[in-house]
Amino acid sequence: MTNIANTLHKRKRIKNDLRIVQEQSSFIKAQKMDVPEGLYEKCPSCNRTVNMKKNIDNDYICKHCGNHFRMRAIDRIRYIVDEDTFVEKGLGFITLNPLFQDGYEEKINKYKKTTNLDDAYIYGYGTINGQQCVIGVMDSYFLMGSMGSVVGEKVTKSFEYAIYKKLPIIIFTASGGARMQEGIFSLMQMAKTSAAVAKLSRMGLLYISVLTHPTTGGVTASFATLGDIILAEPGALIGFAGPRVIEQTIKQTLPEGFQTAEFMEEKGFVDKVVHRKDLKKTLAKLLMFHRRHA
Amino acid sequence: MDILAKERKVKELEKQISALGEGEVVEKLKKEIARYKEKEMTRLTAWDRVLLARHGQRPTALDFIQYMSPDFIELHGDRLYRDDPSIIGGIGTIDGVVFTIIAQQKGKTLEENLERNFAMPHPEGYRKALRLMKQAQKFGRPILTLIDTPGAYPGIGAEERGQGHAIAQNLLEMSEFNVPIIAVVIGEGGSGGALALGVANKVMMLENAIYSILSPEGYASIIWKDANMAPKAAEVMKLTAYDLKEFSIIDRIIMEPLGGAHFDKLKTFQDTKNAIMEEFSKLRRLSPTELHYLKNNKIRNYGFLQRFNYDNLGGIKR
Repeated sequence: MTNIANTLHKRKRIKNDLRIVQEQSSFIKAQKMDVPEGLYEKCPSCNRTVNMKKNIDNDYICKHCGNHFRMRAIDRIRYIVDEDTFVEKGLGFITLNPLFQDGYEEKINKYKKTTNLDDAYIYGYGTINGQQCVIGVMDSYFLMGSMGSVVGEKVTKSFEYAIYKKLPIIIFTASGGARMQEGIFSLMQMAKTSAAVAKLSRMGLLYISVLTHPTTGGVTASFATLGDIILAEPGALIGFAGPRVIEQTIKQTLPEGFQTAEFMEEKGFVDKVVHRKDLKKTLAKLLMFHRRHA
Repeated sequence: MDILAKERKVKELEKQISALGEGEVVEKLKKEIARYKEKEMTRLTAWDRVLLARHGQRPTALDFIQYMSPDFIELHGDRLYRDDPSIIGGIGTIDGVVFTIIAQQKGKTLEENLERNFAMPHPEGYRKALRLMKQAQKFGRPILTLIDTPGAYPGIGAEERGQGHAIAQNLLEMSEFNVPIIAVVIGEGGSGGALALGVANKVMMLENAIYSILSPEGYASIIWKDANMAPKAAEVMKLTAYDLKEFSIIDRIIMEPLGGAHFDKLKTFQDTKNAIMEEFSKLRRLSPTELHYLKNNKIRNYGFLQRFNYDNLGGIKR
């Protein structure tokens, strides 16, 4: 008798927890990028001003030069995933300060508030034009999308979730590299995420990685370049060492267009550079080609 | 006063004493020096260890290999582009066990260093390492890697040939091998360039080696915009063998003689060899499946974080 009472009580508690989480999520849902009419920003590529609101309506693409602006992770999900199908997984991770660095916790808290994310990566289940898949997105607005313990753990979890559900996985990368403040722990995340890709590969599942501006450092040198199919957005900065580091090392200026997505395609490290407007279509097509005939 | 200044002082004193000849006073002075070394060279700061790890007379990978495996045969080339001299690889026996040995090689003189590119490998170096490791996997040979690099080379050619891709491929493949892999950090272990040879069943470090996400200079210039604050950065970054052992990132520390490995090279080589064989004797008892499982389990647990689990609630709709 007490068992049943316990179970009922437990269920009640879980339902209550769920309600709290859903209320929180509706709060996040309301956080759509809302910009007033009269705001303008400068395009970093052609230096002309664009209306921010119109730019958002134009999928964050500059109307003058076609430069792809950076996107927040939530906007990216809204843009790629079918409406009302995305379910976020892997919540509740808390970033700690393993090396006791000054000001790191404050920094994290600040970004948590401005971006409404646990850390620079979110993943979950969703459909793209009706095709089921797991989607992970890195947010370059969260401390330059750098990979610390939590990001590494969540990336690994997303691969494990794909294995568990036997679904293909798509990851949008946007990162400055490994997170300096967590030192050696960040470095080890490179090994962890790469090992997770190996595990996914062993199960015969598809992994598409989409490189967006910017993808450099430890992320390039781990899961970003290990996709079965590697797509990239036009003009995205892709490379291992940053341009500034290379210039300092070799003491000469770099050629025009070095380390862009087009450059990487020419050198054979990106399968295809896809315009943002075609991205959803391309992904859906690729998913369809790999559909399992069950 | 950092460790190099102390070392100079000791050397200077020893020179003066040797000029004195023999006698009771000399013996006394020698004891005095030994006491000074004992006092000043045991408790080192992180920056001291950085300086020792980069010391010009520190034994390089080839010195270790020549002692441990006199019959070592070096194999060249990645079969795709060229041979990278900053990574050496080959086959040799250590105490009668055949190992595939891969190491990053620093030069001793400037010319040698220019040829070896200061042990900063290009992608072809990592691809050579991968080729040799795949060969080891095929023939069921254990793998030994010796890590000593400031980092992977940041240059135009390296980027054009896919530095990031080469390192990533190494990380993925090394986690999949099921032969025993032992990695030893013998000097500097700099960022992804070091990790690309460091995904192993057992990772060991010499006492005065360092292993970090980037150089202390780089860290200082990123965080404080001042490369001269590197000594402070070294302290903050927790890059010494003792710190990493505490974090259980590495499995074992190999002790060095007082004042650094270059004071008594033979003893360093002997200790390193003993440690490698001791760990190998434990690993050889395990089956390939166990080796693979234990390694992946270890890799999976890297990280420092906390979690409140919402997963049983079914996730959040966004």
